[in-house]
Amino acid sequence: MEPLYSIRPLIAVLVSLGVVPILISSRNANVREAWTFVAAGLKFLIVLSMLPTVLEGRTVVCTLAEVLPGVAFRLRVDALGMLFALVASSLWIITSAYSIGYMRGLKEHSQTRYFCFFAVALSATIGAAFSANLFTLYLFYEMLSFATYPLVTHHQDAEARRSGRKYLLYIVGASIGLVLPAMVLSYHLSGTLEFSGQGFLPRSGSPFLLGILLFIFLFGFTKAAIMPLHAWLPAAMVAPTPVSALLHAVAVVKVGVFCILRVLTEVFGLDLLASLHLGTAVAYVAAFTIIVASLIALTQNELKRLLAFSTIGQLSYIVLGVALLSPKGLTGGMVHIAMHAFGKITLFFCAGAIFVATGKKHISGMVGIGKQMPVTMAAFFVGALSVIGLPPAGGFLSKWYLVLGTLQAHQWPLLVILLVSSLLNAAYFFPIVYRAFFCQEAQSLFQNTTREAPLWCLVPLVITAVCSIVLFFSPFPFLRLAELAAP
Amino acid sequence: MEEFLRLIIGKYNYWIYITLMMIGLYAMIAKNNLVKKIVGMNIFQTAIILFYISTGVKKGATIPIIEHSHDAAHQAVRAADYINPLPHVLMLTAIVVSVATLGVALAVAIKVYHRYLTLEEDEILKQIREP
Amino acid sequence: MSEHYPALLVILPLLASFFISAAGWLRPACCFPLAVAALGASLLVSLGLLSIVIGGGPVSYRLGGWAPPWGICYQVDHLNALVLAVVSVVGFINLTAARTHVKKDFPERAGPFYTLYVLFVTGLLGMVVTGDAFNLYVLLEIAAITGYALIAMGKGRAPLSSLNYIFMGTIGACFYLLGVGYLYIVTGSLNMEDIARLLPPLHGSKVVTVAFVIMMVGIWLKMGFFPLHAWLPNAYTYAPSPVSSLVAPLMTKVMVYVMIRMVVTVFTVDYAFGVLGLNEAVVWLAVIAIVAGSVLALAEKDVKRMLTFIVVAEVGYMVGGFWLGNRPGFTGAVLHIVNDALMTLCLFLAVGNIVYAKGNSRWESLPGLFRTMPWTMGALVVGALSIIGVPPTCGFFSKWYLLLGAIQGGHYGFLAALLFSSLVSVVLFFRIFEMGYFEPLGAPHGPTHGQDGTTTVREAPLGMLAPLWITALGLILVGLYTGQIVGRVIRHAVPAMMF
Repeated sequence: MEPLYSIRPLIAVLVSLGVVPILISSRNANVREAWTFVAAGLKFLIVLSMLPTVLEGRTVVCTLAEVLPGVAFRLRVDALGMLFALVASSLWIITSAYSIGYMRGLKEHSQTRYFCFFAVALSATIGAAFSANLFTLYLFYEMLSFATYPLVTHHQDAEARRSGRKYLLYIVGASIGLVLPAMVLSYHLSGTLEFSGQGFLPRSGSPFLLGILLFIFLFGFTKAAIMPLHAWLPAAMVAPTPVSALLHAVAVVKVGVFCILRVLTEVFGLDLLASLHLGTAVAYVAAFTIIVASLIALTQNELKRLLAFSTIGQLSYIVLGVALLSPKGLTGGMVHIAMHAFGKITLFFCAGAIFVATGKKHISGMVGIGKQMPVTMAAFFVGALSVIGLPPAGGFLSKWYLVLGTLQAHQWPLLVILLVSSLLNAAYFFPIVYRAFFCQEAQSLFQNTTREAPLWCLVPLVITAVCSIVLFFSPFPFLRLAELAAP
Repeated sequence: MEEFLRLIIGKYNYWIYITLMMIGLYAMIAKNNLVKKIVGMNIFQTAIILFYISTGVKKGATIPIIEHSHDAAHQAVRAADYINPLPHVLMLTAIVVSVATLGVALAVAIKVYHRYLTLEEDEILKQIREP
Repeated sequence: MSEHYPALLVILPLLASFFISAAGWLRPACCFPLAVAALGASLLVSLGLLSIVIGGGPVSYRLGGWAPPWGICYQVDHLNALVLAVVSVVGFINLTAARTHVKKDFPERAGPFYTLYVLFVTGLLGMVVTGDAFNLYVLLEIAAITGYALIAMGKGRAPLSSLNYIFMGTIGACFYLLGVGYLYIVTGSLNMEDIARLLPPLHGSKVVTVAFVIMMVGIWLKMGFFPLHAWLPNAYTYAPSPVSSLVAPLMTKVMVYVMIRMVVTVFTVDYAFGVLGLNEAVVWLAVIAIVAGSVLALAEKDVKRMLTFIVVAEVGYMVGGFWLGNRPGFTGAVLHIVNDALMTLCLFLAVGNIVYAKGNSRWESLPGLFRTMPWTMGALVVGALSIIGVPPTCGFFSKWYLLLGAIQGGHYGFLAALLFSSLVSVVLFFRIFEMGYFEPLGAPHGPTHGQDGTTTVREAPLGMLAPLWITALGLILVGLYTGQIVGRVIRHAVPAMMF
């Protein structure tokens, strides 16, 4: 169908960039945060305004400049991009509220810088979601890498510096060392970088070269934390929790996965992958990551690190779903972007709320915490359900589709892996919840009085938890978008 | 051997300029005193000037000044009678350039001397290493 | 009027430099406005020339009305129109930033400084615009001699470094002159196009080979192509800040242009890449230059000195890209002349600001800079991202073409060197950023330290920040307009024989 030419995608990207000068110049913290909300709300509304068009099956296109022959700086909103943008922009509003509670609750320094780079990071995320070609995607990918560096290293101490180095080494190192040459090679092979539903790489290319290229892309987009290039994600957990929540459970890591999806579906194309049997290879790489990450998560004591390893595993679900190359698998993988986002952000919010209220980071110190923070821990339970994939949480739907996808693709071993992984997920989440609520009085480390985190922290996590449940009952529009995106 | 001699003698102007150039280069690289290096640089430049001048020479030709006798218009000018003036003209410019370079180099050398009170490179480097 | 542009480009600043020199004696306050007027005029003229060339193709101008093989001819085609614009833009922007430095460091020598400055730019513009091989030598020496003098104006080791540069520069220029001499012996002409017309029958001649090799070595020496770079780091490090930020972006780039001009217009692509077949070897030399420049930069503990080694590596980019001998490689090399001039300018201006505020740019003056000089550091970040090659800064696009050229030419060594150098740049610059951002570790920015605004910002004056940020934004704009630059200018400059 004829695409709609509109400047709206560009505005959606720029709106958060546009408030940065206001954020810098405003001396009053309340004014600054009000502007953050304005930007977040506007961004969400603009994204939302394009939803009906996308649901009709059309795309929204905005071309800015032709930077290389056959390669333009171009934005295009399609179903997959819309799915991702919707998740990221809606969660930004909630995270902004949470950030206020968290940052003020802990009296963090340099809050202006924090909100500025958060806004830039969101611009880059939406930009990546709306990229029409590999060049634009790479541009926003790199922008996101550098915008999140000051957020990861926010505390500016020795540990932050160490983590920052690791972050750059993995993410920028791989994007320059692997993705850039792969991109040039793709351009050399096909003369274009424009995404297309069938993929733009020539069918005639040598299978060996194409295979190498695929794996360079797969491991080059390290933001997806595919093992063995995952170590930056646990290290990045030194960041303030809202950063971990939105960026390292939703925006940054999903941009990585999103890039891989684009490469699989629109650079190579499903037919080409199927004819070269590359889909299966990718699926097994992802399956390996899923199992190993879950096993490592079992051994973690620090809550945020556990969540990080859980994220690594869940990201690979998405890759696995798409690599199955079956319609149900594709739908499941894509819708998992949304489902996992709501579930995992709830978990991170809870971890942050616990830290703000009690100063505790370790699971061993959270025995009996359910008495003191019942709402938070209830939300944690919902989030855990969603990530494990149990009803009545949204995560169940995506897992259901993934399982169906393995059946469609006749990949029995992968089915087993999915189920084993769910068991492992349950094994590392349920004990936390169980010990929080049902421990003996003597073991409990907390008083029986209710003392929750500030409301600014509490409300957002309740909202995301409720969303997770609502998504189980009415997964529209995410499921619809995922179905549209899966050919 | 005879061939080799012929090569030397037949193209003696080239050999002279190359020898001069090497002397200049040697002085620039191996000499310790900065002024000697500058002198070497000048020899180097002069060698090239000599090379250019020698390329303009023709056997049996005279200086390129056309005599204006009363019937000059009827006499054809034969190029072979005159040596090529263009390299000479070019070298006028090159001489100016080399003089300018020499001037700047000497001025800078004076500045160096004021700073380190010596023009011996090893002593200057020693001063830099042990401040 | 516009038909005289090529001559005006050189004559205006040349005349102006005499006036500036006189003003230096009579009324020193007039020197700066005069210099701005002169370089502003040549900036306008060069932009005018660029638009003429884009609109109507190459322009040629006969000095004094003498026909080409005899008289000196100024040729402006797509290639040098672009380089002219870059030279005049960089010269002009840097001039506006130089004023504050001059006032602080050597106010009594403002007259000589601006005179030399304008003469230097004149020399460079002349080198780029001329179509005569010998004229190029003269203008090369004008630029070089003024450059020596400018560098010697610095403190400490500057005179010694300048003297070293004089020796090496003179050898380079003399080699070039020698090459011209050999060409003159066999062709009897000095006009570039005329030589190109006369050369093909002589392609087998040893004299032409000798001329080519000697000339290339001379040019490489002047551009600091590794391993002929030894003079460059000291000269650029110890020069005064406004001189470093003038000479470092321009001298090497213009020499790269001269190399391209000599190979493409005088010797022709057929000869250099076909008959001699030196490409492979030269590209490997470039690989060594890139790797060595990057690695040597790692060892430095002074930002300015580190940048000089980055310049050495970047020269390798351009030489290698050009000698790949294919269309994307050529495009990348020419584009990189533009981009690298701007990036280097941006970085050296930023370092100039740091030196202005802190006295030097060594590691120990870096801690806490993001707090005290946020604008300078911001621009430094933009420049660094461009060197690293992050879109949408322009550095990405030239790197893109160079990578494409490497893949198309099947030269994977060059590809690897480019990527290696990008990664090393990440390390180089983030080391600086870490120092500016994290250090001193602990107290000043711990969670207890309170809100923003409690720190003292001691930025460089606006007169230095404005040019810096114009350059930094220029990096992004040039990046976004790469399509236009390549499509409307560089595409026409690529020799027809290249694919």
